[in-house]
Amino acid sequence: MAENELADPRTSDSNTISRRDVIKSVIAAGAVSSTSYLFRVSKVWGQASAPGAVDRLITLNVNGQDRRVDVMKQETLVMTLRYKLGLTGTKIGCDQAECGACTVLIDDVPYYSCSVFTHTVRDKKIQTIEGLAKPDGTLHPVQQGVIDQQGFQCAFCMSGFVMATVGYLKTNPNPTRTELAHGISGNLCRCQDYDKILTAMMRGAEHLRKA
Amino acid sequence: MAVIRDVIPAFELFQPTSVDDALSLQARHGAKAWVLAGGLDSFDWFKDRIKRPEVVIDLSQVRELRGIRADANGLEIGAMTTLTEVLRHPVVREKYGILPDAAEAAASPQIRNQGTIGGNVSQDARCWYYRGGWPCYRAGGNICYADTPTGLNREHAILDANRCVAVNPSDTAPALIALDAKFVVRGPKGERVVNAEDYFIGPSIDITRMTILKPGDLLTSIRIPSTWAGSQFYFEKARDRKVWDFALVNVAAAVVTSGSAIERIRLVVNGVAAHPVRLTAVEAAVQGKPRNEETAKMAGELAIQGAEPLQYNGFKVPLMRNLVMRAIRGAAA
Repeated sequence: MAENELADPRTSDSNTISRRDVIKSVIAAGAVSSTSYLFRVSKVWGQASAPGAVDRLITLNVNGQDRRVDVMKQETLVMTLRYKLGLTGTKIGCDQAECGACTVLIDDVPYYSCSVFTHTVRDKKIQTIEGLAKPDGTLHPVQQGVIDQQGFQCAFCMSGFVMATVGYLKTNPNPTRTELAHGISGNLCRCQDYDKILTAMMRGAEHLRKA
Repeated sequence: MAVIRDVIPAFELFQPTSVDDALSLQARHGAKAWVLAGGLDSFDWFKDRIKRPEVVIDLSQVRELRGIRADANGLEIGAMTTLTEVLRHPVVREKYGILPDAAEAAASPQIRNQGTIGGNVSQDARCWYYRGGWPCYRAGGNICYADTPTGLNREHAILDANRCVAVNPSDTAPALIALDAKFVVRGPKGERVVNAEDYFIGPSIDITRMTILKPGDLLTSIRIPSTWAGSQFYFEKARDRKVWDFALVNVAAAVVTSGSAIERIRLVVNGVAAHPVRLTAVEAAVQGKPRNEETAKMAGELAIQGAEPLQYNGFKVPLMRNLVMRAIRGAAA
């Protein structure tokens, strides 16, 4: 059984398709995942017409653009965003819904993109940190708040914090500092820079109300 | 630093759009199928490669499982309604305030946006030996790694343990039991409605399951009768961090008083056994008594009768006693 070789296309060198090609091209990546899919779950192959069967090639609406992308069944949204669509502003911190670095907005609601299967958000609008600034480069008010207050130290957690804040402010545009702290409590900063982050986010909220 | 475990092992994914389709897929694939709600219990299992289902049935596209319907008889909450939707719903907030309190106490904002009420009550045990893939009783083996002289069991059970000492991690479960909710389960033999407290099972009944759900079964909705609408509620969760952490112990109480005396009460704690524990003896003992310090003290002592702490979780006994005392005293005290 070729299961062990093929179960994990990213580390498999024994595939007939060369690894270099795979990494270079989205289409080839899809081809590999389709092979692994055939071998790994061959028992249910042939039931594509079953109710709820899923196509690998899907359209995702990311930052206002429709993007055609080939997505494995088991692929998480952060993997698709970073490694298929090149949107590396979204970070992977813990990869287990415990740090918030991968936070993106799905239909304006903050989610941990490490813990969402890409296939579940086919019909939704996804917004990442790359989609916040205007096309002319004008920063989003919350991003401007970060710059004004020098909100972060290392800033690895920043895109997650900014997205969580943008999402929270849609439900409560005029929060107290305590409310905002609770609203973005699903994000961690290992520099322990919370006080400065909150100041920056409060400034961002202020900018947003004036905008 | 996080261990990025590359991709999750492949599985076949189905996204049915109706409960009927979901049930027929579950029937076809049986125990090979994994039913996915919000996913926050599932992702750890998949990424750690401890559970490797061949088929995942994702319920995210089943519209009929979402939403809250309120009428004179109470509420019906679809199993796929997110915790955020539950805790923001105006009728839930107005009449069943204990449920939003409990939902808000769960996990983090992002998890509440994604996690569902059906998933929150159906989630698996969080014992790290079990979650780490150790072949323990709950995983089908014949040992409990937490209940050994060197086992790390600070978060484990003090009541009703039988071989396995894991606890139920849900915050909404005790609140739903306090509200006398009914759980609607559909399966191969049709629909059945069970009392919230009977939905959860301990290791004496089946050591590998936390709920009555068997392969092929689906929790479709939760009905909350109006019996306890607008009564006095108390919910409190003790935990290490304010965000993410599961309860060390939590308590939920619904109380109706007449004059100063407790007319009727439902009192539930969780985090102390493999299932939420309804304290019926305490309920009976405090009936007709005033909500004062004396009653609270008596209730607290009665609640911990029979508690058997393990090596490192002795603190849970006074913690449970104190939370019960606070629930009996009520918010005012």
